Amino acid sequence: MNSQLSKISDEGVKPIDIVKKNLARRRRAERRFRRMGLVAILASLLFLAFLFLSIIGNGYSALFQTDIKIDVFFDPGKIAKNDPSNGDYPGIVKASLQKMFPDVTGRREKRQLYKLISSGAAFQIRKMVLTDARLIGEQRSIWVPADDDVDMLMKGHLSRQDDTQSGRFDPQQLQWLDQLEAEKRVKKKFNITFFTAGDSREPELAGVWGAVAGSFFTLLVTLLLSFPIGVASAVYLEEFAPKNRWTDLIEVNINNLAAVPSIVFGLLGLAVFLNFFGLPRSAPLVGGLVLTLMTLPTIIIAGRAAIQAVPPSIRDAALGVGASKMQTITHHVLPLAMPGMLTGAIIGMARALGETAPLLMIGMVAFIVDIPGGFTDPATVLPVQIFLWADSPERAFLERTSAATLVLLVFLFAMNGLAVYLRKRFERRW
Amino acid sequence: MISPTTVLFILLLLTGTAYYIGLRRSVAVAGGLEHVRKLHSRPPYYGAMTALWCGIPALVIFAFWQTFEADIITNLVVAGLPNEIRNLPADQINLIVNDIRNLAAGNIVSSQATQVIQEATSHYSRLQQTSHTALAVVAGCVCILVLVIVQHKISKTTRARNQVERIIFWLLVSCSIIAIFTTIGIVLSVLYEAIRFFKAVPVAEFLFGLKWSPQIAIRSDQVGASGAFGAVPVFTGTLLISAIAMAVATPIGLMSAIYMSEYANKTFRAVAKPLMEILAGIPTVVYGFFAALVVAPLIRDAGQWIGLDVSSESALAAGLVMGIMIIPFVSSLSDDMINAVPQELRDGAYALGATKSETIKQVVLPAALPGIVGSVLLAISRAIGETMIVVMAAGLTANLTLNPLKTVTTVTVQIVTLLVGDQEFDSPKTLAAFALGLLLFLVTLCLNIIALVVVRKYREQYE
Repeated sequence: MNSQLSKISDEGVKPIDIVKKNLARRRRAERRFRRMGLVAILASLLFLAFLFLSIIGNGYSALFQTDIKIDVFFDPGKIAKNDPSNGDYPGIVKASLQKMFPDVTGRREKRQLYKLISSGAAFQIRKMVLTDARLIGEQRSIWVPADDDVDMLMKGHLSRQDDTQSGRFDPQQLQWLDQLEAEKRVKKKFNITFFTAGDSREPELAGVWGAVAGSFFTLLVTLLLSFPIGVASAVYLEEFAPKNRWTDLIEVNINNLAAVPSIVFGLLGLAVFLNFFGLPRSAPLVGGLVLTLMTLPTIIIAGRAAIQAVPPSIRDAALGVGASKMQTITHHVLPLAMPGMLTGAIIGMARALGETAPLLMIGMVAFIVDIPGGFTDPATVLPVQIFLWADSPERAFLERTSAATLVLLVFLFAMNGLAVYLRKRFERRW
Repeated sequence: MISPTTVLFILLLLTGTAYYIGLRRSVAVAGGLEHVRKLHSRPPYYGAMTALWCGIPALVIFAFWQTFEADIITNLVVAGLPNEIRNLPADQINLIVNDIRNLAAGNIVSSQATQVIQEATSHYSRLQQTSHTALAVVAGCVCILVLVIVQHKISKTTRARNQVERIIFWLLVSCSIIAIFTTIGIVLSVLYEAIRFFKAVPVAEFLFGLKWSPQIAIRSDQVGASGAFGAVPVFTGTLLISAIAMAVATPIGLMSAIYMSEYANKTFRAVAKPLMEILAGIPTVVYGFFAALVVAPLIRDAGQWIGLDVSSESALAAGLVMGIMIIPFVSSLSDDMINAVPQELRDGAYALGATKSETIKQVVLPAALPGIVGSVLLAISRAIGETMIVVMAAGLTANLTLNPLKTVTTVTVQIVTLLVGDQEFDSPKTLAAFALGLLLFLVTLCLNIIALVVVRKYREQYE
């Protein structure tokens, strides 16, 4: 600047000329800066799109499952007479496969043949017999789930050539499949199992319902505990608490707890709830307690904001007509602040639904087949189920992991959408 | 057979009845519905007062009973066991007690129940029955006794509303104290186990040791299980991944915040802002799955293509995805901070002829700097404590390296691997997780407190 100023006096250059000379450069810098900001936003949105596309692309095919039609003879010799729950049902499946492919004789080849059908077929037949005992001795053709590798092949996730070379498929198996397809014995149908079953080691039998039920019980505990406690704390801190060191301490505590890594809450749950109080491992009750402690700060902070938004004139009016402080709050302030508090609670619940790390610490990571029916049954939750499946080597689990992720995201969108709706519907400008 | 749930139900029922009895009594004392104006409080307050006085003591008794019942019964059953079992070491007795409990609950136990265990089980069940019945009787009696006394004391001048309000007030206070108990609980539980760990492994070795391999040999001739607890490689890994994440998140987050608050028009903001918030709402396990499934192979292939040897669990993949997770965190906080800068400062700069970007760079950003630093500190604390992305996308082996293409491990990964699965609570391997947890808690606590103080100071500056 100084040199430029001295130039002005020396050569008689006007300041406006210097400004004009630099103007083009400055405008370019301005555009560049602006574009950088736009690029930053677009980069994150692009990533968001990429993430969704890749998960949807991997996951949508899990909505369908390949089924194979087999002709089953409900052999009375293989089912115990007085107790149909006891029987050689896998043997029945094998026998019907053998009948369909009579020229398969070798031991090894037979085993390859049996591999086309899921082991769930035997359970399906058993269930049919248990519901209707008259089937015994009859011949029926039924659709049973195909093995996960066959399913993947039909969906085009595995390639005939490469995976035969790698030894996943036997060339004969492909032949048999072609034959089945030619006989119209292969079809893809909507995958009900995925939405109604619990976890399983076999991808074609695994479902998310167990995890959804676990998440439901866990979140119910969280909601029942954290919402009343959160609202009560918010009311105390906003309406009653005197401004002193004690309330300062509570405030700092709450703000800090909101930023403590979630896994630390898991350590707390492990040490206090499991080891000290001796509560059961893997139970939604304990998961809900841990998530309560975790979401409490969120709900308190949202609740305080909602109470602050209620104008003091409402309180003054209520006090003016002779209401007590508690009546003012319960009759006037709380109802007006409730939409804001509910919004905060729903957002807190959505975060709790997606939380994984603390639940790993309290044993909700176990392999659980049964669908939980209560607060103390061993259970897992949706995000943990995703974590468990993501670790499985089978190709079919990759598809199911993506699909489970989609289920989780749908729940999250629904909850956040509800929160946005509540905010829009009940938002009030005073 | 009375179960605790039934007892709880009975107590709640009694409390409900108490409400109505109190209500009716107050109306009766006033001399009919038309005279309730003569009462000090409105009748529902009398009902609520009676219900609270009945319900709270009974529920407190119930809670205490439930907490201590199991221990007392167990001790009684153990005392009743034959001498040869009682003289067994403590852990075996624990196993037997577990068997007895499972049998009594009707679950299947692994070992065949012997005669002694069968007897102990029926002893256990009998004691449990007695205890539940006693609980029902004691709590019920307290409830009814209080009910009789309180309803007897109700008169026209009883200050029922004030009593109810005082009880509610103390309930509010106790709810807000839970936050403090949570913090104390975290500190005590983590500290207690960490101290036990530091008895086995010196603090200096933990903080400055260069080798981390927590697998401890069960037999002395086992291979590859040295049990070294030097946490430096774990810290370096955490810092490396967090640094990569911040290198992604800070510029992108800051630039998007600037664009959002200074340049974007209303429609753009209305569309882009919620979309950015979706990024913040996606569960971390989804990011982790995405990092392991898509990003890590992508980086590995790209590395191979230009001739670099990239590990399939590289720090780069985990850090990159974590950075993207943190972008909305940085941007929304920085957005607040930039919006808090008074418009007068901008107007002043414009009046001097500065362009918009010059104003932002030379006036707005320096003014908002403390707030931005605070939000970046909060983001760092979040990156250090982030678990699922690194558990799924980063490795387990503790390499002491700063090369982002290699596999590193982090504090949170180690905590998860050490604590998931079967644990024995006296091995340093399990306790090490708590020592790491203590460290994690302390570091994030410091970062959070500094950030919160900085942000608060900054906000006050312009208010």
